[in-house]
Parts: sequence; structure tokens; C-alpha cells
Amino acid sequence: MSEPIIWLTIFVLSVFVGIEVISKVSSTLHTPLMSGANAIHGVILLGAIIVTAHAHGFALVVGLVAIVLAAVNMVGGFVVTDRMLQMFTRRKPAKKEAAA
Amino acid sequence: MIPVWAQLAYLICAVAFILALKGLSGPRTARTGNLIGAAAAVVACALPFFYMERMDNVVWILVAIAVGSVGGVFGARRVQMTQMPQMVALFNGVGGGAAALVALLELQEIVDAPGREAGIGWFVLVATAFTVFVGSVSFAGSVVTFAKLQDLMTSRPVVFPGLAVVFGGALAAGLVLSGMLVADAAMWPGIVLALVGVAFGLLLVLPVGGADVPIVISLLNAFTGLTVAAGGYVLSNTLLLVAGTLVGASGTFLTLLMAKAMGRSVANILFGALKGGSTLGAGEASDRPVKSAGPADAAIMLGYADRVIIVPGYGLAVAQAQHTLRELVDVLGERGVEVDYAIHPVAGRMPGHMNVLLAEAQVPYEQLKEMDEINDDFKDADVVLVVGANDVVNPAAKTTPGAPIYGMPILNADEAKQVVFMKRSMRPGFAGIENELLFDERTTLLFGDAKETMGKLLSAVKAL
Repeated sequence: MSEPIIWLTIFVLSVFVGIEVISKVSSTLHTPLMSGANAIHGVILLGAIIVTAHAHGFALVVGLVAIVLAAVNMVGGFVVTDRMLQMFTRRKPAKKEAAA
Repeated sequence: MIPVWAQLAYLICAVAFILALKGLSGPRTARTGNLIGAAAAVVACALPFFYMERMDNVVWILVAIAVGSVGGVFGARRVQMTQMPQMVALFNGVGGGAAALVALLELQEIVDAPGREAGIGWFVLVATAFTVFVGSVSFAGSVVTFAKLQDLMTSRPVVFPGLAVVFGGALAAGLVLSGMLVADAAMWPGIVLALVGVAFGLLLVLPVGGADVPIVISLLNAFTGLTVAAGGYVLSNTLLLVAGTLVGASGTFLTLLMAKAMGRSVANILFGALKGGSTLGAGEASDRPVKSAGPADAAIMLGYADRVIIVPGYGLAVAQAQHTLRELVDVLGERGVEVDYAIHPVAGRMPGHMNVLLAEAQVPYEQLKEMDEINDDFKDADVVLVVGANDVVNPAAKTTPGAPIYGMPILNADEAKQVVFMKRSMRPGFAGIENELLFDERTTLLFGDAKETMGKLLSAVKAL
């Protein structure tokens, strides 16, 4: 099996996994899910680090810009998702107390 | 090239991302899922520091990561919940931009390495072109969505004569440049391709009307995911491929779910305005007669009802009236009135946005009823209180085939015995279409700022 085919296989299988894992999401969680998925693609930061590792001159500047942008995406994305989800969970124990 | 231990670590991170997405789709597991994803992302980004033979710019890289992280945390903490959609758009845009830059740098390496070009398969160059182009589209498109939602520009569709031609031209230019890049790896087609991508991104989003922008955010999110996946192939990094593909696939699926909830097709949302027919209606206030009342009258209607359904909309959150609304519901509950919130799938500015906004005001989860769950209850409701919502109760979606929102499932507020509309003015909703329900004889309007009026309504109900 040639190498591109292996990559294509990983790609196609990941497509199915991606659809399958979120297929039962309730509309309540659409916003946090979008935001969380958004944070996950911030992992392009990893790619930015790799290409910047041995860049010089102008390429180094471009690479550092890419790192800053990717870090904003990744870190900001996870933090803002957590902020949203915090509100969904905080209320639950309080509700149980009220019921008891 | 990458040591086996690091490849295994990448695999573990990929599995963690799958678990993260899985967690995010259930209310109880969502927060844990997000934390798993965050942990995996941090571990993944630390790995190159341990296995790469040449790491010349460690200090600079760490400084850049710190700068980006501080910026991200600052934005994420400061943003108000009402502004969430544009924040997600912005984060998405910078991610797409980063991916495009990464691909350009990798292209530079391919061009610079003598003799290496021969060993590079055309697949890699196709993936490079894809990453540069789609990443730039995602970047520019997200910036426009941000500007539209942040009111930095008009949220109405921007269309000009010949837009369709320019649009087609940009797409054709993108394809030609990609072809040139694949045929002969060089730097300049890559750079021009990025610029064309930016132009294409602008043209893609400008004609989209405000109400449809959230769908576009979701779509661009999926685009960025696919960009990252292609970038992973260019860099021979399996984790980027898997993570990007997961986001691309789930994002596409989510986009379709949202479009379905709005009764629209994605193609119609993107290209509706291009076909000539504007996606918006008049957008002006009407002077037809309506029945309006003061808070005291509305308080009587609500206070002596048996069953009340609240339809909250984005206007509620903009006015920051959700806390007062919760208090009102509590007081009504104490009086023995059965109260529920009816949440339209696209209430707010993004699907599920309203749930976040009400959760912020600590409204109990059980009182939030999804559309399918509550739509049959409207005919038994004594009063429906519509606060800051409009399009989601507009019967034109059922009755007027020509209306832009025709076919969108709506909340059946028009079936209730009485409707109280809390509105700032007679201006139409986000979609810019007149709402016949406002002129119905069972409808009473309560004009004023939502927060102020809600406060008056609350004291009036307390005084009953």
C-alpha cells in the first residue's frame, strides 16, 4: 500500500468517527460543541511550532505570527468553552438541594 | 523522522480528541470532554520540543506561544455571553490564518530544498494549495462574520452588481493558481493564492444576511478543520490530520443540523443573495395599528393565568434582562402559575446560544423546553410572553411561501389564547420580515427596554 493511500485511509475513517461521535448531540449543546471543536483545530499550533523550529529571517517572523494566531485559537477556544460549560453544570447541585 | 514514542503520544492525543468531542455532545460530560481536549492539545504542542533535533528558536517560539495564550485567555474571559458567536468566529479565523501561514512556510521549505522537490509527490502540493486557499478563505470569512455580528458593519447582505461574476472569477483564479502550484512548486503562486483566498472569503460571507451568519460560522469552522487536516498531511503529522478531519466532519454535520433547524439549505444560505432575490425583507417599521398595554395590565394577564410559556430571544440577553425574567418566573411559580421557557433551536444568535444565556442567569435546566417538546402545549397556554424574540414566532414561516424564513419550524405562539410581546420598537427582527402575530387581536404589545419593562412587570406582579 503506497503512503498516500494510508493517509487517505486515516482521513476517511476519521470522517466517519467525527460524524459518529457528535450524531446524538442535543441542540442545547450546539454552541459549546462548535466552540470546543473550534478549539481542537487550534492544535495547528503544533504545526506552527514545527515549521518555525528551524526558520530564519522573514520565515521566522511569519512562523511566529502563525504561532501567536494558533495559540489564540487553541487557548482562547478551550477557555471560552469551559466558561460556557461551567454555567451548565454549576446549577445542578443547587437544584438537587432544592428538591431534597 | 518522528520517533516512535512521539508517534504513539500523538496517537493518544488523537484518541483524546475523539473522547473530547464525544464528551462535548452530552450535557453531563461536556465540561470533562473539553478539559480532555485541552490537555491533549497542550501535550501535543509540547512534544516537538522533546523530539526535534533542531530547535533553533526556542525562546522566540515560547514568547509567541505566551503572547497568543495571554491574548486568547484575555478575550475568552472578557467576552460577554451575548457576544459568544463572534468570539468563536474570531478564534476560528485566526486558526485558519495560522494554518495558511504554516502551509506557506512548508512550501518555502519544499522550494528551498535542492533536489527535494523531485521527491515530493503531487499529493503534498495539492494539500498545500488546499491549506493555503481554504485557510485564507476561513480567515477572511470569519473576520467578516465577526464584523457583522459586532455591528462594525451592516448585518444586511452586501450585494453589488456582477458579484456572482467576481465570485466565480475568484474561485477560478484559486483553482488555476492551485494547478500552477502543483505543476511547479514555487513561492509566488502560493502567496497569490493566499490573497485570492482572502478575497474569496470576503465575497463568500458579505452576501449572507445577519440571521444566517451563525450557520456560516459553523461552516467556516468545518473549513478550518479540513485545512488543519490537509496541513497535517503536508507536515506528515498524523495528529493534525486526525484532529482536523474530526473537526471538519463534525463541523459539517453540525452545520447541516443547524440549517435543518432553520428550514434552510446551506446552499440557499450562502448563495441565496447571489441569485438576485435578497434574503431580507423590508426592514422598516410599519405603522399599522397594534394593541399596546402597560406593565400593570400585562401583570394581571400573567398573574392570573394557569399556564404561561416564555419565548426568550436575543433581545432579552442584549438588554441583560434574563435575571429579572428568572425572578418573574419564580414569583409566578409561587403564585401557582405553571411556567416554562420555549427554546427555539436557533434562539439567540447561534443554535444553543439561548440555553447558555439562560444558564448564565441560573434558570433551572428543567424549565427549558425544546421546540418539539413544547410546541403542542401552546394551544393550552393562557399567555405566551415573547421577550426579545421575533422571527422564531413569525407565522409567515408557515403561511407565506415567499417569505425568506418560509419553511423554518417556528414556535406555535400564534395558537395561544393570548400573546404578550415585549418589544423595544416596531422594527422587524433579525431576518427583517414583518411579523403578522404583532397585529393579531389576541396580541398585546409592551413597549420599552426589556430590562426596564421587565422590572416594572415584576413589581406589578408582586403587587397583585
